[in-house]
Order: sequence, then structure tokens, then C-alpha cells
Amino acid sequence: MTVTVMIPTPLRAYAEKRDHVEVAAETVGEALDSLIARHGELRRHLYQDDGRLRSFVNVYVNDDDIRYLQKEATPVKDGDTVSIVPSIAGGFGG
Amino acid sequence: MNPVTTMGTKTAPVEAAPAVQLSKDEILRYSRHLIMPEVGMDGQLKLKQARVLMIGTGGLGAPLGLYLAAAGVGHLGLVDFDKVDFTNLQRQVTFGTGDVGRRKVEAAQERLSNLNPAIEIRVFETMLTSANALELFRDYDIIVDGTDNFPTRYLVNDACVLSGKINVYGSIFRFEGQATIFGAPGGPCYRCLYPEPPPPGLVPSCAEGGVLGVLPGIVGSIQAMETIKLILGAGEPLVGRLLLFDALMMKFRELKLRKNPDCPMCGEKRTITKLMDYQEFCGIRGEEAASTVSVPEITPNELKARLDRGDDLYILDVREPHEYQICQIGGHLIPLGDLPRRVSELDSSREIVAHCRSGKRSADAVAFLRQAGFKKIWNLKGGILAWSDEVDPRVPKY
Repeated sequence: MTVTVMIPTPLRAYAEKRDHVEVAAETVGEALDSLIARHGELRRHLYQDDGRLRSFVNVYVNDDDIRYLQKEATPVKDGDTVSIVPSIAGGFGG
Repeated sequence: MNPVTTMGTKTAPVEAAPAVQLSKDEILRYSRHLIMPEVGMDGQLKLKQARVLMIGTGGLGAPLGLYLAAAGVGHLGLVDFDKVDFTNLQRQVTFGTGDVGRRKVEAAQERLSNLNPAIEIRVFETMLTSANALELFRDYDIIVDGTDNFPTRYLVNDACVLSGKINVYGSIFRFEGQATIFGAPGGPCYRCLYPEPPPPGLVPSCAEGGVLGVLPGIVGSIQAMETIKLILGAGEPLVGRLLLFDALMMKFRELKLRKNPDCPMCGEKRTITKLMDYQEFCGIRGEEAASTVSVPEITPNELKARLDRGDDLYILDVREPHEYQICQIGGHLIPLGDLPRRVSELDSSREIVAHCRSGKRSADAVAFLRQAGFKKIWNLKGGILAWSDEVDPRVPKY
């Protein structure tokens, strides 16, 4: 299955400035693994040391939060979009 | 001015509070609202009675304040502790060059009152804190979060949930924005979306990461639109939906946002029942201790004296190439992110002074290089900003 992984602005610095990559994967976890295999520095931004997804990074398959599906085991199908959505705080500051 | 009564059938009962009416001038001012059935006289009177508190009067707050004032939101509160500086003017369009140095709330109040003298604007020149948030929120129905940091975002969220206020949320980073409504009845809160903040340093702030000036204009306008829709009860509010905006691709996307049944703030078994220390919650103190205290430092004046003496120092600039183009102080450029794989370019037998813009990234660089075995290495305290202040004012600050 070929899925598109969307990389958010704050993490593009660790992914050769790409805004998305296409990867082959059966699950969300596999899609993220493929992404990290290409861009190793992303690992520490996505995962905690214990291997769990960081709690300020949400992952969606299409428009659904994987926390309410099967988390990283959520299956993906051809043409799905996996989005990484970290919290950003910017507003007005100097 | 001739008071004009509403002609519709949905006017408040006579025994209720004195009927709010529009003056002749106001009718003219709001005529483009009044002729739309979605607003009309009823809607405009709702706007006039609405009470909206804006947290932050900067990038997001600029379009927010301007549009809410222009639309006739009758009671606006502005919370900000900051003063206007030159770097604000690129995006904070409420302010003019002549406002630099003024208190933001004062300059914003003047501008918004000038735009619409018919509304009441109260200003609170204070930082929003756990001690004052609930008190400040009490007189308002809708809170609009235009802040720029995680501690305040969690504070606004928690205070909204505790006091039953709606939180119109927007945030931005470089050329990407997010917007949604938290704390609506039955809807999710910020902690449902993000239970915890990122550890300090992992996500750059606006000051470090930069922001395209128009972006807060767009996201703040979305917040203004949602606020007005909430007041009017019109359309489909952005509840349970997270709007993502990518300005470079000019794409809007929408994700489903669910109320987390296990949310510690708004879930059935909530564990948070009062406001907390949000600096501590976001680990801010830990960051300061870790990144700025533990590495050896050299002040700009000490560095200048040593360079003038002819000491053999290697100046390492860990900023990005586009920053190097803005200004430089004679350093060798190796961006912080490239340091691990380019460390072999450095000679550990030489004395090295690392610097960046403010001294923060270079502190990380010094910590990294010390771990890698470099012994004679210092961080330039305060970075280029301090160098410009203390040694060479010709070097531009950014």
C-alpha cells in the first residue's frame, strides 16, 4: 500500500525540508517507521525513549486521530494520507 | 441620535434588562451587517451585547481586535503585558511605527477606539496567570487565545473549562496555522487534543522559528470569524474540527477532533480541578537550568578583549545560512543541526567560542561538543544580540 505521510512545518528541518513522503506500509506504525528509516533525526521528535509516540504529536489517518482507532496498528490502504500534527504555540510573540 | 427599536418579533421581553438598541449612527455603521438576514438587527444587537476577552494583542490579536471592534462587539477586553517593539510591526498591524515602546494594550485600545468609539474596551496590562485568569474571565463569555507559548495556552484552556467559557483557539508557526474552538458544550478541550506540551527546546518558538507576517492575519481572522459566528449562533462552528492551514501550499485541511473521555481536564473522571503552575507543567524551569547554566560562557566584552590581544580563537557560528546573510561577526558557519556530522572540521586543540543569535542554540552546541570531548570551548553569552549591544552596535539585531 502506498500512503502519503504529511510532515508538519516544525519537523521539515529534520526531513530535508520535505512536506510529505510517499511510503509503502500496511499500518500507521510501518508508515512512520519508513519515514524514520529515511530521516533518522525524526525519531526523537516523534517517539519517546520508551518507544511510545510523544503526547504532543498526534497522528491522523485521513481525518481520523489514530488514538481513537488502533493507534500505530491502525491499518492503512492505498492512497491514504497519514498526517503528523504536533502542537504549535505561536501567536504574537516577539 | 434617534434610538431605533427592533422591528422583528424576537425582541427580549419588556421585563428583561433595558432593551439594547442601536443608535442612528450605529445603524449606518453596521448597515452591511443589518441588510444580511444572517446578522440583521437581532444579530447586531447580540454583537453589541457580546463580551469577548482577547488574550494577547499581537499577531493573532491584531486582526482579531480590528475585526471584532469593527463588527461592533460591544465589550472587548484586552490582556497583554508586553510593549510594542520594532520586530512586531512586520505582522502586528494594529500598531504603527510611532507606537514602538508603548504598552501594547494602550496602543491597541487607542486604535480600536478610533475604529469604533461605540464599543467598550477594557485593558488589562498584565500577564495572564493562574492567580488572575478566573477573575479576568468572569466578565466575559468568549475567550480568544492569541498567545504565543505553551504555558499560557494550557492556562487559558484550563481556566476556560473551569469557568465554562468557550475558547477560540488559533496558533501559528512559520507558514502553518491551526484553529479550532475548545470548551464548547460537549466539545473537546485543548488537553483532549494535546494532553501534554512538548519538552522545552524541541519545538522552536516564534522568535526562533520565525513567522510569515500575513499568516497571523489569516489565522487571527479565522478566530474573529468563529467568534462572531458563535455570538450570532450562525453557521457551523469549528467545534470538534481542527483546521490546518498551510500558507505555502495554500491548502486548508480539516481533522476530526474528539472529546477524550479520559481527559484529565474535561473528562468524566477529571483529575484537574484547579489551575496549576503552568511554567512547571511545561518544564520551563528545567530548560533554563539545562541549556543556559551548565556550559562555560564568555561575555562579548571578554571575547573582544581576547581578540584584540590577538589570541588564537576559533569562532564557531551555529546559526543557519540565511541568518549568516543577515549579519555575522567573523565566525565559521556550521549550523547546529549539521554539527554532529561536521564535528571533524573542528580542531579540539584550539580554543573555540560558539555563538548564535541569542546564545541559546550555541549553548546546546557547546554542551554537545563538550560531550564529544572538546575541553576548551565557551558559549558567547547573549549571542549576536549581546555583541551588538555591548561591543559593536553596527551589527544589526534581528
